[in-house]
Amino acid sequence: MTDVAPVGERRQLAPPVDDSGALGWIRRNLFSSWANGITTVVLIVAVGWILSWFLEWAVFTANFTAASGSECRAQGACWAIVGEKWRYIFFGSFPYEQHWRPLFAVIAMLAMLILSSDRRMWNWRLIVIWGVGSFITFLLMFGEIHLPLSLFLFVALAVGAVGLILRRNIGAAGEMNAYRALAAIGLAGLVLRIAGILPAWSLAIAPLSYVETNLWGGLPVTLILATYGLVFAFPYGILLALGRRSELPLIKGLCVGFIELIRGVPLISLLIMASVMLPLFLPSGVTFDKFLRAQVAVILFAGAYIAEIIRGGLQSLPKGQFEAADAMGLNYVQKTALIVLPQALRVVIPPLINTFIGFFKDTSLVLIIGIFDFLNTANQALVDPNWAGFPGEIYLFAAFIYFIFCYSMSRYSKRLEIELNRGTRR
Amino acid sequence: MFNKLTAAGIAAATLIGAAGAAHAGKELDAIKARGALICGVGTGTAGFNLADSQGKWRGLNVDVCRAVAAAIFGDAEKVKYVPLTAQQRFTALQSGEVDLLSNNTTWTLTRDTALGFDFTGVTYYDGQGFMVNKKLGVKSAKELNGATVCVAPGTTTELNLADYFRANKMQFKPVVIEKADEIRAAFFAGRCDVYTTDASALAAVRVANVPAPQKAEDYIVLPEIISKEPLGPVVRHGDNQFGDIVTWSLFAMLEAEEYGIDSKNVDQMLKSDNPTIKRILGVTPGMGKALGLDEKWVYNIIKQVGNYGESFDRNIGKDSILKIDRGVNKLWTKGGLQYAPPIR
Repeated sequence: MTDVAPVGERRQLAPPVDDSGALGWIRRNLFSSWANGITTVVLIVAVGWILSWFLEWAVFTANFTAASGSECRAQGACWAIVGEKWRYIFFGSFPYEQHWRPLFAVIAMLAMLILSSDRRMWNWRLIVIWGVGSFITFLLMFGEIHLPLSLFLFVALAVGAVGLILRRNIGAAGEMNAYRALAAIGLAGLVLRIAGILPAWSLAIAPLSYVETNLWGGLPVTLILATYGLVFAFPYGILLALGRRSELPLIKGLCVGFIELIRGVPLISLLIMASVMLPLFLPSGVTFDKFLRAQVAVILFAGAYIAEIIRGGLQSLPKGQFEAADAMGLNYVQKTALIVLPQALRVVIPPLINTFIGFFKDTSLVLIIGIFDFLNTANQALVDPNWAGFPGEIYLFAAFIYFIFCYSMSRYSKRLEIELNRGTRR
Repeated sequence: MFNKLTAAGIAAATLIGAAGAAHAGKELDAIKARGALICGVGTGTAGFNLADSQGKWRGLNVDVCRAVAAAIFGDAEKVKYVPLTAQQRFTALQSGEVDLLSNNTTWTLTRDTALGFDFTGVTYYDGQGFMVNKKLGVKSAKELNGATVCVAPGTTTELNLADYFRANKMQFKPVVIEKADEIRAAFFAGRCDVYTTDASALAAVRVANVPAPQKAEDYIVLPEIISKEPLGPVVRHGDNQFGDIVTWSLFAMLEAEEYGIDSKNVDQMLKSDNPTIKRILGVTPGMGKALGLDEKWVYNIIKQVGNYGESFDRNIGKDSILKIDRGVNKLWTKGGLQYAPPIR
């Protein structure tokens, strides 16, 4: 006998092991062999053990309501310390009854960041969003803003000059005349102002009480340092990157030297230079705001890193693009601003966001020069003897806030990468 | 551990050189014109300078700033606080970023001279001490031969420790750890027998940092103090008038305590017949004028900040959680070192 079935008939097989559905998925992925099965069980037990220990500490035996640190001892987590200190951790020494101001400043900055993450806004709207957003943020933080006449004149000159160069041979005659007029007004005004003929007039907007930067602290400080560090470092990094590719040896040398110098030292040393050494070289009595000095150090540092990222973008452009622009008769500025940069920047946006994530965390280094960023206010909360001895709770809380920011930025970066590469992946 | 003389500080002194002279006599005018005293404080030392849950600066050092502001402006709130790290503090004072440094700075000869500063008094006599577990049964630092000692690196604390053991012909094994939190954790976990740092910090750690199953009572601070750390406010060389005001603001707090004037009874004390109290509180005029201040300067300090004893008790003494003993910081009349020259 053979067990070959007669022709024309099919042998009935047992139904196959269900490979679909949840059970099937588990079988395929977790228990596909003896070794895998054992690994799975061991890992589940380990994770469960750690999780149960953590939950026991963080939830079941935790104290959420203690009125002081001593009531919290000998139990699980003391979340009451977060309840006591969260306002200080978020807003530092900002006047307590005015904490709504840094709160709305943070919201304004977040709105600004979220709006500018939308690609439909990547045009003139971006300037409006950042102009309005920054104005609101700093008005809330400072309480008053003085816009000097020379600032308006400088903006007029800058807009006029940039327009004249970028739209040369492109813009209509009327448009060009408008730029000329703007630049002329700006230039003439500035000369008169410096000569002392125009008065030192300034537009004062002061709806709130003035709060100086010494009192700033917590999340707004972290956000301002990271955001404006990158915003100002961006154009400056572009210039450095272009300079590095320049054919003029002096410019190229300066840019390479600067980039390598900054990238060759840690951020801490720059911050120490800005806060300890710089005041020594200034004439006595002249001091810059400590916060401003830290901000400038962050900008210089970020600029060098951004320059290197952008250089990568520039190098990825095919040579034909440059040649085509030359053939069109565009000058250097037009070629760079209209042909090269738009393409180069598109490539480097995801790595730029990566840099931003890094800087968001790096700004916590300002604690070594006595600026109270988010991590440092958390540190301060730990020093309070009434609540001493709960570093785990405070640091977990701080880590959680940092994680929310960094994780959402990283998700955004990933999505953007997919969107931007749609054209090239075909 | 506070007298870490940073290389930067010394370099700074050399660089700044003549800057002090350029200021002469203008400090007080600048402060008055500004309408606020700019006070450099530390970046967080419990009881001495620390922002509370509302973000307000509090502590013994902060009270010195408030007293000076009360003396100058009649308002203790007219102070801007600039938190400074140990590395920054001297440059900030030299460059004029702050008017006054009240930052647990130890008074030493080089700081008083080469750095171009004036120490205006001693707010707190500190010194390096030892803390041990009671179980060791040690009653004196002299019995510590062969002990393992937890200590922070690169500070005078470490040097003092080595000197002390060598001078007493004893051996020890140092456990050197950089971060204060980690030193404490190591000590309470039993990795070393002894923890050494400034006595004030030891007292604070003993009260606030002992981990749960153990209690503060399980640990004792040994009676030996092996170094002198007089902590006090610092001003730049130059404006002696401002320096005098800082000096006498602290003396006024001490004098007030000596004569029993405190923030609660200061109004009744205005009616006192005691000629000394009348002079102190400006009922008999002259003292304020001599300093270039309002005659009610001491009244304002005591009313708004309190006398030295009140400030001590409130921030680090018996009314605070730190419960540091007055010890050598008692008034001279009670056997301590705090002695103010007479206000007359």
